Amino acid sequence: MSIFEYAPAPESRAIVDIKGSYGLFVNGEFTDGHGTPFKTVNPATEEVLAEVAEADASDVDAAVKAARKAYDKVWGPMPGRERAKYLYRIARILQERAREISVLETIDNGKPIKESRDVDVPTAAAFFFYYAGWADKLEHSGYGSTPLGVAGQVIPWNFPLLMLAWKIAPALACGNTVVLKPAETTPLTALLFAEICQQADLPPGVVNIITGAGATGETLVGHPGIDKVAFTGSTGVGKAIARTVAGSDKKITLELGGKAANIVFDDAPMDQAIEGIVNGIFFNQGHVCCAGSRLLVQESVADEVLERLKRRMSTLRLGDPLDKNTDVGAINSAAQLARIHELSDVGEAEGAGRWSPECELPANGFWFPPTVFTGVSQAHRIAREEIFGPVLSVLTFRTPSEAVEKANNTPYGLSAGIWTDKGSRILDIAGRLRAGVVWANTFNKFDPTSPFGGYKESGYGREGGRHGLAAYLKGADA
Amino acid sequence: MSTRIDVRKTYKLFIGGAFPRSESGYSYVVNDHKGAFVANAALASRKDARDAVGAARKAQSGWAGRTAYNRAQILYRVAEVMEDRRWQFVQAVQQSEGLSGSKAERVVDEAVDRWVWYAGWADKLAQVVGNANPVAGPFFNLSTPEPTGVVAVLAPERSSLLGLVSVLAPVIVSGNTAVLVSSYSRPLPAVNLAEVLATSDVPGGVVNILTGKAATVAPWLAAHMDVNAIDLTGVAGDAALATDLEVAAADNLKRVRRAPAAEPDWSAEPGLEPMTAFLETKTVWHPMGV
Amino acid sequence: MPTTPTTEAPAATAAGSAPGGDFSDVTRSDASLRRFLHGLPGVDQVGADARAASLGTRSIKTTAKAQALDLAIRMVDLTTLEGADTDGKVRALASKAVRPDPADPTCPSVAAVCVYGDLAATARQTLGDSGVHVAAVATAFPSGRASREIKLADTRDAVAAGADEIDMVIDRGAFLSGRYLEVFEEIVAVKEACGPAHLKVIFETGELQTYDNVRRASWLAMMAGGHFIKTSTGKTQPAATLPVTMIMLEAVRDWRAATGQMVGVKPAGGIRTAKDAIKYLVTVNEVAGPDWLDPDWFRFGASTLLNDLLMQRTKMRTGRYSGPDYFTLD
Repeated sequence: MSIFEYAPAPESRAIVDIKGSYGLFVNGEFTDGHGTPFKTVNPATEEVLAEVAEADASDVDAAVKAARKAYDKVWGPMPGRERAKYLYRIARILQERAREISVLETIDNGKPIKESRDVDVPTAAAFFFYYAGWADKLEHSGYGSTPLGVAGQVIPWNFPLLMLAWKIAPALACGNTVVLKPAETTPLTALLFAEICQQADLPPGVVNIITGAGATGETLVGHPGIDKVAFTGSTGVGKAIARTVAGSDKKITLELGGKAANIVFDDAPMDQAIEGIVNGIFFNQGHVCCAGSRLLVQESVADEVLERLKRRMSTLRLGDPLDKNTDVGAINSAAQLARIHELSDVGEAEGAGRWSPECELPANGFWFPPTVFTGVSQAHRIAREEIFGPVLSVLTFRTPSEAVEKANNTPYGLSAGIWTDKGSRILDIAGRLRAGVVWANTFNKFDPTSPFGGYKESGYGREGGRHGLAAYLKGADA
Repeated sequence: MSTRIDVRKTYKLFIGGAFPRSESGYSYVVNDHKGAFVANAALASRKDARDAVGAARKAQSGWAGRTAYNRAQILYRVAEVMEDRRWQFVQAVQQSEGLSGSKAERVVDEAVDRWVWYAGWADKLAQVVGNANPVAGPFFNLSTPEPTGVVAVLAPERSSLLGLVSVLAPVIVSGNTAVLVSSYSRPLPAVNLAEVLATSDVPGGVVNILTGKAATVAPWLAAHMDVNAIDLTGVAGDAALATDLEVAAADNLKRVRRAPAAEPDWSAEPGLEPMTAFLETKTVWHPMGV
Repeated sequence: MPTTPTTEAPAATAAGSAPGGDFSDVTRSDASLRRFLHGLPGVDQVGADARAASLGTRSIKTTAKAQALDLAIRMVDLTTLEGADTDGKVRALASKAVRPDPADPTCPSVAAVCVYGDLAATARQTLGDSGVHVAAVATAFPSGRASREIKLADTRDAVAAGADEIDMVIDRGAFLSGRYLEVFEEIVAVKEACGPAHLKVIFETGELQTYDNVRRASWLAMMAGGHFIKTSTGKTQPAATLPVTMIMLEAVRDWRAATGQMVGVKPAGGIRTAKDAIKYLVTVNEVAGPDWLDPDWFRFGASTLLNDLLMQRTKMRTGRYSGPDYFTLD
């Protein structure tokens, strides 16, 4: 036993009041849904947390109508400077209730409390704060200041509140109203956000939250009453949405999958590169579309990098997501866990070397140990398909050109990483990578001022920054 | 004394800097606005489209890798060479669009000026649409525009020269390469333009011009997995075809510039949108420390 | 997950060192030293700061905290380095070092008392065979601006007076102007002058400024045979910081991987609270590994830290917050 075994340091769950059941948030009020209610569980324990309403077509319609009315009567005509103050209010309430929201996010999603506390919730508040300031300055944005109308927004389960903020803050700042559907496995923070809208006295109908699974999302996206579709999720669903809106006037932004290369050169700042690799793939259990899931390491340092990586992985603490010392939390759902198992088994069957640190998985809940595959080639499925879990594939390269070729050899193009101490090499490689976000000597950094989004099959449009406004204004392209 | 017989031109496709006939061996009759025979134009096939995409892909990284200043000079060179052949274009526009001499001259002048306008954008676009982002941390963070890649362009059916230039120049100015399907009924200005491009330092493959039917060729381009974006302007007014093409384009999530309900007034100043529709924003982060 | 034993290939092979700890080729000349030190992997400041900050967010509670507080007390080099120091002051400090909390016999002694060389004898006299070491600063501490002869005499004098640990300062002027061999040779010479006493090598990291320099100084001192590498004199700001200490812990970790030998680390100056001390211990644990969680391999150079550790210790024991009046001033 280590001299210094950290005792459990769980964040108190008492701060959150989870109701037995939740309705839809339409026109400023919670209403019953007309679909079949579903349950959301804590993925770390499989405990049922609440029953949540399912929005059927009539509920979607009611939400869109509420949003349209709010757009026509209240939010559209409201001066930007007044809209701004609502968004500032929301930002402040998110900060005031940060601990409560963090705990709820961790319980519903399975992510470590230190991430929901230090990343998800503060960044969500920062997004509202940032876009609040744009509301009365749109004419200086370069994109004009004409809103689109009603936005239909569908978000994933990996960063439930943060993705909500990425969607709602710019939409509202530009003068649109929204109907947002959170993922069916993580609806609770979106519903808490609905309460925050009430606390902020946001006019009814400006934000509508409808819950449900894929069918609800499809109905929303296909609804003729919306002017805008914003979706974050899988590339497969993204393509289906693109087909659905074809021929319409709906503006569309898609933020989809990725298979990012994290390229480590022999002159990299080694200790920081190891941290970057770990952060790149094990942050949020690898449930990150821009995760650095392909490690491309220069052959001359491959062995050293791998040894250091393994040693670092051995210090990762997996377990109770509410424990402040947990680094790797629970996999979000049984279905996702099955997918990770499937692809990992394929990796092994295809001959890649599999390694995980010794680590005890809790008896209940959905868990997968941090895993690294060595001896992976471009042809392996684990090097091509998005696993969306804590699984890293290690490939090697010999020259900068080979690194770029391998990095770009994917239908995706969301993000990439470069580690080297040579400045001119960074700029050259960054220019040649076909990816929307390039992290050089860092990884997985997000900021409301920084545009995020992909090339190729990782989707189109940008979220964040000045560019993020274009998605919600008429006649603008980012 | 016998009268001299004209030497007629064979109107061909423009692929990879060369002027091949359609691999299909097909051609079609092009009449002037009064219905009189002018020429046989090559009828581009699925395989011509495929070859054109291949040529465009091959040329793309090199074209994007040129300095913006160099691309600006090349686009300006296109304007110079076009101006030099002004009368040829006036005649072609008159012939295909049925405009009076002075109106046709104005159209050609506008088209030349449009090249000049876009030429100037090459080295300003990044300054106007890029951004330094003040992130909350010790990081340098810069967003810059990059070309989307290979763009399929369905040129307008009616405006055979000004409309054509107005959809082509904004695509290539930023470093994209283009596979352009010309107006079906008025293809000859496009072929003339190809001849200008071939002698204006535009590298082979940067612009590829197919004469033929959008309804036959465009579905192959829309579904092609190595095409990154598509401009549907040429099918304005055909909502069903436009929708089909947009659906096909979803196969690899092409960026789609939708068809307008009707062909726009091409004399209006274009604005940024025709360029930004085919740009990607790349954001690079780097720590700042000693 | 327990940390696995370090079995990796020598970290510095890429930089050209011989495996097994033979660095004679490296230390042959200024040029070869420069090649080696500048060939070490760079340190990205922002990334290093972020990693240290994240280690600082570990939450240490209950049993782990009680253990950590006692361990931290045992690691303190209780220090007084003032021009106004007297025999009386040092005697008082030494008494406290042996029994930091007179009210609680279970409270451990600190690791050492750290004083100027002329007071080493006083410290030795008071400490007797308590097991608490006598550390003396030497080599024209804190500036190091004296001739080699004076520095060596300073060292020998302190050892003769009973110091069993010598805290020397490197010549930062020589280091910053790239005269690495001079710095190296001086450490070797001081070590020889130490005889049986252990040698701690102070870098004054606040003056070296960059983490790259800290890493290079660490390797230089380890190659020269220092038993401990130490951040600061406490006389310049910034003194010890968590990221600087982390860089040094990475260096001793890599040194062991390359040579099999362990070298100790001592942050000094600026660590004032128990909470800070625990962050350092977490960093030791996760960066260098649990083998370094021992007063033989990790020390805190501090004065006011001890009382805060004692107050926290009392709080853990009694369940209520204590106050400074219940602990001796020195």
